[in-house]
Amino acid sequence: MSAIGQAMRRKEDPRMITGRGRYTEDINLPGTLHAVLVRSPEAHATITGIDTSAALERDGVVAVLTGEDLASDFAGPLPMVWAPPGVEIKTPEHWPLKRGEVKHVGDPVAVVVATTRHLAVDAAEDVIVDYDPKPAVVDPEAALEAGAPLVWEQFGTNRTHDWGVGGGDVDAALAEAEVTVEHRFVNHRTSGAPIEPRCSIGEIRGDKLTLYSTTQVPHIARFVFSGMLGIPEDQLRVVAPDVGGGFGAKLQTYGEEVLVLALAKRLGRPVKWVETRSEHMTTSHHGRDQINYVTLGAKRDGTVTALRVKIVADLGAYQQLLTPFIPELGFPVMGGCYRIPNIDLQFTGVFTNKMCTDAIRGAGRPEATYWIELMMDRLADELRMDRLELRRKNFIPKEEFPFETALGIVYDSGNYQGTLDRLLEHFDVDEFRAEQERLRGEGIHRGVGFSTYVEVCGLAPSRAVGPQGVGLQAAFYESANVRVTPTGSAIVYTGTSPHGQGLDTSFAQIAGDILGIDPQNVDVHHGDTDQGTWGWDTYGSRSLAVGGEAIVRAAQRVQDKAKKICAALLEAAPEDIELVDGKYQVRGSPDKSMTMAEISGAAHIPPNELPADIEPGLEESAFYDPENFVFPFGAHACVVEVDAETGKVQVVRYVAVDDCGPAINPMLIDGQIHGGIVHAIGQALYEQVVYDEEGQLVTGTFVDYALPTAAEVPSFETDRTETPSPVNTLGVKGIGEAGTIAATPAVAAAVLDAIRPLGVTELDMPMTPMRVWDAINAAGNGGAA
Amino acid sequence: MSATVHVEVTVNGERRKADVEARLLLVHWLRDELGLTGTHVGCDTTNCGACTVHMNGEAVKSCTVLTAQADGAEVTTIEGLSGGNGLHPMQAAFMDKHGLQCGFCTPGVIMAAVDLLNRNPNPSDEEIRHGLEGNLCRCTGYHNIVEAVKSAAGPGVTL
Amino acid sequence: MITAPFDYEAPDSVEEAVRMLHENGEDAKLLAGGHSLLPLMKVRLAAPTILIDLRKIPGLDHVQQDNGGWRIGPMTHHAELQDTPELGVVARAASLIADQQVRNRGTIGGSVAHGDSASDLPTVLLALDGEVTARGPNGDRTIGAAELFQDYLTTSLAQDEVITEIRLPDMSTFGFGYRKFTRRAEDWAMVGVCTLVSRAPDGTCDDVRIGLTNMGSTPLRAGAAEDALRGSRLDDNSIVAAAELAAEGTDPPGDLNATPDYKRHLTRVLTRRALEEAVSV
Repeated sequence: MSAIGQAMRRKEDPRMITGRGRYTEDINLPGTLHAVLVRSPEAHATITGIDTSAALERDGVVAVLTGEDLASDFAGPLPMVWAPPGVEIKTPEHWPLKRGEVKHVGDPVAVVVATTRHLAVDAAEDVIVDYDPKPAVVDPEAALEAGAPLVWEQFGTNRTHDWGVGGGDVDAALAEAEVTVEHRFVNHRTSGAPIEPRCSIGEIRGDKLTLYSTTQVPHIARFVFSGMLGIPEDQLRVVAPDVGGGFGAKLQTYGEEVLVLALAKRLGRPVKWVETRSEHMTTSHHGRDQINYVTLGAKRDGTVTALRVKIVADLGAYQQLLTPFIPELGFPVMGGCYRIPNIDLQFTGVFTNKMCTDAIRGAGRPEATYWIELMMDRLADELRMDRLELRRKNFIPKEEFPFETALGIVYDSGNYQGTLDRLLEHFDVDEFRAEQERLRGEGIHRGVGFSTYVEVCGLAPSRAVGPQGVGLQAAFYESANVRVTPTGSAIVYTGTSPHGQGLDTSFAQIAGDILGIDPQNVDVHHGDTDQGTWGWDTYGSRSLAVGGEAIVRAAQRVQDKAKKICAALLEAAPEDIELVDGKYQVRGSPDKSMTMAEISGAAHIPPNELPADIEPGLEESAFYDPENFVFPFGAHACVVEVDAETGKVQVVRYVAVDDCGPAINPMLIDGQIHGGIVHAIGQALYEQVVYDEEGQLVTGTFVDYALPTAAEVPSFETDRTETPSPVNTLGVKGIGEAGTIAATPAVAAAVLDAIRPLGVTELDMPMTPMRVWDAINAAGNGGAA
Repeated sequence: MSATVHVEVTVNGERRKADVEARLLLVHWLRDELGLTGTHVGCDTTNCGACTVHMNGEAVKSCTVLTAQADGAEVTTIEGLSGGNGLHPMQAAFMDKHGLQCGFCTPGVIMAAVDLLNRNPNPSDEEIRHGLEGNLCRCTGYHNIVEAVKSAAGPGVTL
Repeated sequence: MITAPFDYEAPDSVEEAVRMLHENGEDAKLLAGGHSLLPLMKVRLAAPTILIDLRKIPGLDHVQQDNGGWRIGPMTHHAELQDTPELGVVARAASLIADQQVRNRGTIGGSVAHGDSASDLPTVLLALDGEVTARGPNGDRTIGAAELFQDYLTTSLAQDEVITEIRLPDMSTFGFGYRKFTRRAEDWAMVGVCTLVSRAPDGTCDDVRIGLTNMGSTPLRAGAAEDALRGSRLDDNSIVAAAELAAEGTDPPGDLNATPDYKRHLTRVLTRRALEEAVSV
């Protein structure tokens, strides 16, 4: 029986459910020193003095170092890797410890290293830093106005860059449009907030440095940090042990990571830094934070003819790894799953005195899906058309895939009508509307919201997004090494770096099937740059569609060789060997067969019968660069109930139909969808990173930054359709971000549907009780039941 | 007056004696001194529940208990939950129902869930959800956590 | 996450604890369950130099009925209150505090002594007209709830006094409600309302108590609403009318999630709902 497609229980779980996972903070190397950072309480200020003497006198303190002290420890600053051809992106130097000025609350100015963490925390309180405060700018649109305080005076502006992309003739199309709708949307700032805070340990043995870190990107980290430290890459090993969730917040090359390496190098001992949750909220990168001005043009019959979007993106105070690119990252699907012949997208990045933004689960796509779906609702309302009917009318028909959009992007596959039809098998709209009407009579306000989304993942075809494409100074292929041991177990090395997705399991299922080995005996390795092949790590729902395909190819090569060995030993032709139920057998003679264990035994201790031209060993590698992205899609429905008296919103039902191609492990897919939906519910209703007008962070803990708990959300109804992607052998697409991308507009639309009878037609996220109540109140129905 | 406290605590059935700094939190003692790293720290405000252990049979957040306060108590961590006999039914249920992804919040959730069923052996979905309101999970969306707890509460399961 | 250093004592008697408090002055703090104090110390918003832990003192964790009223030891955990339905609104409010882990450790004495107006039990104590017995260097004294809560995180307990008992009057003839409005289940109350209503034989309101959580620097009573309802018929109109007065005279602090106006609005809504609940039982 094929392992692919089975809900195989996870190979990761036995250690994790018994407390035997090994997360970075669990690693205690002998002689470890503990680093604690002294951070700026000011949003914008000149550092006029740092007095470390009292801290240095404390018991157990080994070093107290400032940015000046460490100036010669780094060969270069923290990098930003987007260099779009022909566009300058203003990029200030960004050092692990700040010199001269601080640009946001939490900016690190000194590091205390002591023999215990307790002593380091105590000593950090004794470091006296004098600041001369400067005016801070917090609102991105205000930051663009003349006379606004400048985050970086040398640029003379807070505008970091403008970038645009388009197709067709939007001016003409809008001029001819019979109907236009316009709206301003706010995609507010959020935090990734994995439950495991960050932690980094630097170790030095001889001239070899090792970084243990809570990272999604160990390979990229080695590349970047060896450069920053001015050492050859072979002298740096980066290990990502079990990582307690990332959600993009650990897709970064952080100053603290390279700092512990520099300190280990300086002090000759391991140095460990553990992030507090308050530090995470302050200085792990944030996400979203865009203002979107959207115009849709259409014919009276509902045919959408034009889309114009202007995006103002608040990038915070520095450019981190991908900071300026994240708003643009969603551009391939900004037209949604609709045929829109004329599209114009314009992006503007802005510096503010806040933490940098960068990738958070979905990274550019949740923002885009939010406004395109709510705009379709607004257009339908304007045309007095059914919202789903309008979508159907504009869906790209399944017969037209692969479909080239106005932006020149080729959607690989799709059946948007199919997922919507399936959704409506689970969710009876007429029944809901009748119930909604009945409940309104009882003063209960329910609403439904729909989201028919397409996303882009499988990052990425290197030519499209690399230096000569969109301009990222990187490539995005993936690698695998598949090794069969002499007794017939398999070891798979993947260049991806999973951190909760269950790839130890799904990759074992894939390799096991191709090799003819029980997946229980396939061990998947990752997250250690001293093992396996170079890879580009885990983010952007790329691991299965790109990393999985690399495994397919490497495993197929192993299978080919196994067949050759088997054929030689069974005196048959290699092309006559077939793999059936875990046995390599001669076609038509099932009694003549070998197991992989027998074949691998022969590969490793070759019998004389094996021809000399077959190399010993059974191991192959593959590198796979996809020809195109993949484009998962789906249809979601959310039902909420709004307490009109208090403004409180409760999600009462959620139905999700997603299409990510054939399922490798349906259990894992459902899990990804569930988590993604709650992340999106959090964004729509609960979570927001808030700075006050002076740039002070108001939401610095889990008390104020409100992640939903189990009590806030319902259980979910999930289903799938399976439209294989033509891009890869398995036909698979990513699923890690789909829930987050799809659900935000569904939740928001449901709230608006619930309170529309009370006169509310627009409301920004997060739709908190007070905001909802204020909106109802402003519409003249305050307190009405 | 002393900044150091002598404690005797039974941890996972084993009597442990130690002189600890008065300010040492129970979670840090368990993790850093006893090497029981299955208990995690995810926040600094008693919200996330990743540090949940049992103290005298009840779930507590060990980030908000001084080691000194545990003197004389029996503490059970995720490592000792099954008593050394394979998996506790709650652990097995989390694996079977895919109630974990990154696994970081999981030990705390499991410890809280065992306390929940001790208090209420046959909870409704809503009671499960409210019973776990002190544990944050960013991966699972809670759906499969609820399924796991329901399954562990099923007929014939002895906790 | 790491508190400032401190000394620690765990005396065997209340007298010993009082002596230690007395000798150490403002630098000393009592430790009960620690669920109000330790979170503040972990973010270094509080840094006492000596903690005096009450855990070894016998006789501080009882829940006893007394002439229809209740005597509750200060070291009684919220979970035990939650599991004692005979305590009525006290059990209800306790069940809504934070989460189960917190309820398993947090104590009524700690909550009352901390005097946080956003906490649930101080409001309930005030609404019930309960009292605490405190022991100091000069012996025991009784403090009524109305005198106990003085200002933001400030009670009339002297620095060297220890609460030895919380006493609640017999409220068995009162119907009750507790409504707590939060963004998330585990959050502090944005606003909470505790109601107690007793009916006269003719069905009119014999007595009513309305306590408000997080509507000022201390827990409050909604006096105007109580006055409006006391003696009147208990019907929808009178309840709505009384609830409209529930925020009279309040000046709540605003925060990220609620402006003062919104809090006052919530107070009126929750008061109506909590009164409806109280008269329905």
